[in-house]
Amino acid sequence: MIAFLIKRLMHAILVMFVISVLAFAIQDNLGDPVQQMVGQSVPESERAALRDRLGLNDPFLVQYARFAKNAVQGDFGYSYFYREPALEVIARHLPATLELVFAATLIIVLLSVPIGVYSAIKPRSPFSRFFMGASIIGISIPVFLTAIVLIQIFSIGMTVTLFPEGTAWGAWLNSALSTQGNMPSFGRGYDLVHVMGHWDTNLATWDGLKHLVLPAVSLASIMLPLFIRLIRAEMMEVLQSEYVKYARAKGISMRRVYFVHALKNTMLPVITVGGVQIGTMVAYTILTETVFQWPGMGLMFLDAINRADIPLIVTYLMIVGVIFVVTNTIVDLIYGFVNPTVKLTGKPA
Amino acid sequence: MTLKKTLLASVIGATVAGTAMLPLAASAETLRIGYSADPETLDLHEQLSGGVLRFSHLAFDPLVRWTKDFQFEPRLATEWEQVDDTHMRMTLREGVTFHSGNEFTADDVVWTIERLKESPDYRAIFEPIASVEAVDDYTVEITTTEPYPLLLNLATYIFPMDSEFYTGETDDGNDKAEIVKAGNTFASRNVSGTGPFIVTDRRQGVRVDFERFEDYWDTDSEGNVSRIVLTPIAENASRVAALLSGGVDFIDAVPPNDLDRVRDAQGSNLVEIPGTRIIGFQLNEERVEAFQDPRVRQAVDLAINQEGIADRLMRGFATPAGQFSPEGYSGYNPDLVPRYDLERAQELMAEAGYEDGFSVEMIAPNNRYVNDAQIAQAVANMLSRININVNLRTMPLAQYWPEYDTRASDIAMIGWHSDTEDSANFFQYLSFCINEETGAGQYNYGNYCNEEIDALVTEADSETDLEKRNEMLREAEAMLYEDVGFVMLHWQNLAYAAADGVDIEPVVNATDFPYLGDLVINR
Repeated sequence: MIAFLIKRLMHAILVMFVISVLAFAIQDNLGDPVQQMVGQSVPESERAALRDRLGLNDPFLVQYARFAKNAVQGDFGYSYFYREPALEVIARHLPATLELVFAATLIIVLLSVPIGVYSAIKPRSPFSRFFMGASIIGISIPVFLTAIVLIQIFSIGMTVTLFPEGTAWGAWLNSALSTQGNMPSFGRGYDLVHVMGHWDTNLATWDGLKHLVLPAVSLASIMLPLFIRLIRAEMMEVLQSEYVKYARAKGISMRRVYFVHALKNTMLPVITVGGVQIGTMVAYTILTETVFQWPGMGLMFLDAINRADIPLIVTYLMIVGVIFVVTNTIVDLIYGFVNPTVKLTGKPA
Repeated sequence: MTLKKTLLASVIGATVAGTAMLPLAASAETLRIGYSADPETLDLHEQLSGGVLRFSHLAFDPLVRWTKDFQFEPRLATEWEQVDDTHMRMTLREGVTFHSGNEFTADDVVWTIERLKESPDYRAIFEPIASVEAVDDYTVEITTTEPYPLLLNLATYIFPMDSEFYTGETDDGNDKAEIVKAGNTFASRNVSGTGPFIVTDRRQGVRVDFERFEDYWDTDSEGNVSRIVLTPIAENASRVAALLSGGVDFIDAVPPNDLDRVRDAQGSNLVEIPGTRIIGFQLNEERVEAFQDPRVRQAVDLAINQEGIADRLMRGFATPAGQFSPEGYSGYNPDLVPRYDLERAQELMAEAGYEDGFSVEMIAPNNRYVNDAQIAQAVANMLSRININVNLRTMPLAQYWPEYDTRASDIAMIGWHSDTEDSANFFQYLSFCINEETGAGQYNYGNYCNEEIDALVTEADSETDLEKRNEMLREAEAMLYEDVGFVMLHWQNLAYAAADGVDIEPVVNATDFPYLGDLVINR
């Protein structure tokens, strides 16, 4: 166990190193940060002086060596825009993103497991067919479109006049399809509860939860169809296996067969995929957070790219690399608990 | 919360109705703003940007400010007098206090101007001011190096700062007055101005909170906003949605595609104003020999249908331009209008010997100006009709300017707003012969050079008889029009939108800095 964690720590360091080299190598293509920091009429001599002060004129290796030396001591440089240490900026934006990912994950787990299991058990029911069809559509709709549609329906509101207003059924359909729309469409709201450090939570107040709903739903919408289909496919396969047949032959109740014996084995691959996907979800927050102006890491990163805020970009990429390593490590640990036959260090027990 | 607010509002409503004409300032209103950007810093002199200038008008007051029709309105300066060609005396307002409680005097103005002359972003603009001194507590005398007619234009950028507050050392031994770009300075985090609003909280990139300054000097102002919450919402669609869903009361930069939607929506109002930012193209004469021929430049100008672009591509959200100066500017010349004429353009190309045309490369940003990439595409198509084949490359802002600075393409798009709200500025940056030493023609991508125009504009810039000066600038515009030193497209409009009852129309203007201290909310 300890050996495994140390190995993973080495992985994390290697990943950070590689990412930092790559990020540094492409920084010239990210644009000129100085351009964003001065007015348009500022003479070239002033710009050159600023570039010099920021050390942007030094050769690649000199810049990298300086960065690496400081980074080893935990100093990742100053963000040009926030005028604060980059790590501090990220720490301030991290809780918002984590809460969003947490809420989305919760939605995915609570919906995908029952729907997936149900449509595996009763593949021919209309309910299952509906969800299989919907999940195909769900997979193909880009997240920003989902987000915009959600905002239109639930924040702005929609008046439907598609059906003849004169008839009773038309009026009823119209009013049934129209929405009032008063869900918050941007930001985290003003009713946050301070937990600790940089962490203010949305989860403790009604207003905070309301702000969380739309972003979480649109973030979940990317992964949800995938998980429903995955769970369904795995479950159907497990239901064909010998041990399930044997359990049924033994006369164990179907309920117990489905939810204790079959589901356990279904979840094994789901956990592996899920862990990786949660890492991916951190990346997807960039789009979701931008549409909903959710002040998390994704929005911060996109702004940093637009401003060519290089120290912040490099640090963000490294942190995301670490997040991937950490989630994978946790997945492996959970996997070990769920399936004790798997040995983490690869050695026989 | 909402219930409480409604209750409060109705109580106030009843009181107002009961006492007939109670001053509006008595009611308390919160304004939730969704701007496309928040101020980069709280130090006014660290960066010359729209965000910081908008902030300046909230927490500070300028000496004078622009009215809607480009006249000067007295603010902290009440009177001004040109003593002789190089001296101006300004009388300052008495009884004004800073947020810190310090009293505003002439020393603060002197201190502020001296700091402006140290600021990397403002130094060049304040070059003409040689010195400034306090005559008495409420009079300053400004001396310019030569006769300079735009001193009042500069005064719109002088937002007196609290010299006592910004003097001294911080706990960690730094000068409180120092200006460091992207540095964590005292002035970038602490504010004491004379303006209508005090900054109460700020989380950069997330929100800024303001509360009305109780001792604000302008008691005649009918403005009744007691609290401001500013949230930056960069994404166009999200900003519009935030307004339409009632999440914010006031937004800037409504994108052209959403204009109709916002106009038609219940509960919101759209205010459109002709802007002053000229959008156009520069032809690189250094790389393309043909562009050195004035006939080819004219042909390019004639081949572009400015009206069509403003009308269809911009959906009326732009004013077609034939010159740098928008209406209201000193050099605006009503005779110079767009002159789309494809046949004449083809003839000119033939006369110049380029009947068969040639191929060029064009660069344009894709996230800087309204519909920039689409405009560039349209212009490229129009030029193909005079057989100029354009290979267009568009790129995001962060990459565009470094690319622009290399001058390695044949046609480049640019938008320019005159920092002084005056015509001469356009010429000096965009069409003057390039001079590395003086910085003239810093954004003259095409290396265009017409010494006659330069001489005329330079002469105008030391002419203090404004009538005469305007005449010279109009002449310069006409010469540039004839010679096509810059391919004009349009002035991009400004569009704001606000919820019902938030009366933004009187407080917004073409400079794009709303005077929210005077905003009246009457829900």
